[in-house]
Amino acid sequence: MTTGDVLKTAAQLRAELGEEYHDKLMEAIYTDASKIADRSVSHDGTRARLTFDRVLDRALTHPVLGFVVMGLMFFGVFWLTITGANIPSSLLADLLLGTVYDALHNLAAALSAPAWLSGLLIDGVYLATAWVVSVMLPPMAIFFPLFTLLEDFGYLPRVAFNLDRLFAAAGAHGKQSLTMMMGFGCNAAGVVATRIIDSPRERLIAIITNNFSICNGRWPTLILIGTIFIGASAPPALASAVAAASVVTVAVLGIVMALLVSWGLSKTWLKGTASVYSLELPPYRPPQVLKTLYTSVIDRTLIVLWRAVVMAAPAGAVIWLTSNIMIGDASIAGHMVSFLNPLGLLLGLNGVILVAYIVAIPANEIIIPTILMLTLTLGGSQMAEAGVMLELEDAQTYTVLTQLGGWTLLTGINLMLFSLLHNPCSTTLLTIWRETRSLRWTVVSALLPLTMGFIVTFTTATLARLFGWV
Amino acid sequence: MSVIMTGACETCPAYHSAALKKLGLNVENFDYVVALAGNPNTGKSTVFNALTGLRQHVGNWPGKTVARAEGGFAYEGKNYKLVDLPGTYSLLSTSTDEEIARDFILFGQPSVTVVVVDATRLERNLNLALQILEITDRVVVALNLMDEARRHGLEVDERHLSRELGVPVVPMAARRGQGIPELLQAIAQVAAGRFVTRPHRIHQRDSRLEQAVEKLEAALNREFPGLPNARWVALRLLDGDASIEQAVRDRTLGDLTQAKAMLPVPVNEPVPLEVAS
Repeated sequence: MTTGDVLKTAAQLRAELGEEYHDKLMEAIYTDASKIADRSVSHDGTRARLTFDRVLDRALTHPVLGFVVMGLMFFGVFWLTITGANIPSSLLADLLLGTVYDALHNLAAALSAPAWLSGLLIDGVYLATAWVVSVMLPPMAIFFPLFTLLEDFGYLPRVAFNLDRLFAAAGAHGKQSLTMMMGFGCNAAGVVATRIIDSPRERLIAIITNNFSICNGRWPTLILIGTIFIGASAPPALASAVAAASVVTVAVLGIVMALLVSWGLSKTWLKGTASVYSLELPPYRPPQVLKTLYTSVIDRTLIVLWRAVVMAAPAGAVIWLTSNIMIGDASIAGHMVSFLNPLGLLLGLNGVILVAYIVAIPANEIIIPTILMLTLTLGGSQMAEAGVMLELEDAQTYTVLTQLGGWTLLTGINLMLFSLLHNPCSTTLLTIWRETRSLRWTVVSALLPLTMGFIVTFTTATLARLFGWV
Repeated sequence: MSVIMTGACETCPAYHSAALKKLGLNVENFDYVVALAGNPNTGKSTVFNALTGLRQHVGNWPGKTVARAEGGFAYEGKNYKLVDLPGTYSLLSTSTDEEIARDFILFGQPSVTVVVVDATRLERNLNLALQILEITDRVVVALNLMDEARRHGLEVDERHLSRELGVPVVPMAARRGQGIPELLQAIAQVAAGRFVTRPHRIHQRDSRLEQAVEKLEAALNREFPGLPNARWVALRLLDGDASIEQAVRDRTLGDLTQAKAMLPVPVNEPVPLEVAS
């Protein structure tokens, strides 16, 4: 007998026992543990908190009720975000896009700065940055603390637990539900988090599908468009609720897409069965509200905002330059927009949106500011002269997009869909490459969601046109 | 029934706090190595700090870089090195934190492994305890958070638990310093072999599995006579654990067969933590 023989015996026995061995072993351990615990522990009548935990778990991880609660919970978070962000958003817009913007222009005039310089710095760099701040800061300052409170309370592992069954059915690793939760913050972080998945096959699936988790950079777009296009089309009393529902719908659609793509990949390119793992549910804890507020404002809101600002400032300059440098009869941006416009319209979007998605490859946070700037500069300046141009409260944003940009409800809906289904930002792509060291899978991760985005938006646009909705 | 006796114990000679000498970071010339294992958030670091007098903030979370914290204490004239392992729920997966804990218990061969369990969540915590009992029979179970359990109206019969597990079970409320003297005594007894444990074995209900385990266990015993945890190694090999397969292949496992499990690990012997990574 040699060590090789021992291993051979083991391999043989393993083959005979099949895949169920690990489950059986876990089952044996759990049964023993449960028996011993049952015989050693007795309860008296006052087990209040434990019962509370158990009842809560039974509800939150219930096969049906669990999903209902999940939907309501996320709906509640977005409803609070949308309702709560309204007033601070318009105050901030008044300040940054009205008062400060005017003051900067007055200052430039007083210094008799050349028009190109004040244009580049004020209408380009400053405006893009100010828009990012006023669009993103209020919803994020509400959304992140709420989300972190749920996390602290111990709710997110329950969500992962609920989704685990679905992921297993899709042939993916249950831990993918955890990495997906991370992706709801930042896809790059979600991709790194897939290191907790042992099987390379399942890890790759988790990496490719992480992009279907709406990230920080995309929530503001969804919240804004959901508010001004979908919420506004409902009766005013219901507007916030409908807007919140539309954002939840897109997020849920993302989970569905992640499951579908995981299932597709595990049946084709990345064949195999799901491996088993045990997910422990941590005890519920009363969240530390003040600490959460502090850390979520400092660690998440400001860091995410900073990243957006860092990206927005140069992007603002680029947008201003491309919209003001003329080649022939139109600006560079004008050429790009008219080149992409036919494709955009076919997808129920438009050329401006597609150009914005190219400009925003480094960071999705700047989608809305880019779209607004391009729409305004290319749409002509008559509105600017009318004086409503810059203090973009929600209603005015709506006016700009519909009147100048020619947007319809379809454009809004398809922008929300495209925001979910397009290539990951360059940071995420770089992370995917670092984690997989494979150009092929990086390219797949970029093109797969983009193709899906084209197909889905094309379908909705075609349907809308067939039924005469637009 | 009050599980932690107060009052009567203070008069007992074993209770003298002078018997415990906290040695902090001084882990030279120790007679025994004690490993601290357990689920996250069971109060392992509280026990660690109580015994060593250190104030380590040991926030071990799965997925983060995990380092073993070490400290020392002396009790009844013997020096102990205490190693705080990453908190894990299981030793059966292949994530880094679990491998660190598993490899230390298996290859580091601590004289005693203290499994800190949360009395309020006994069932979940026993899952890990049972797995550890498969690897080593030199175990003391520290039944921590008894104060919380009592607040929740839970009574844990530690003597019954001790009979079921076949190892000493010490009820504790480490945060209040309750149970530390009893824990020290139990550690000393198991380390010196004065308490002979009869550890619980996981009961395979599927006879096909049980036969496979026995067959492989026999093969391992032929190849590595005197291997102290052949059954557990067999369980892992059947699960296809690559790092254990490696240990069989390069015969690292053979080092465990010399009856040195009874002896303290020499001071500078490197613990092969890297085998799996």
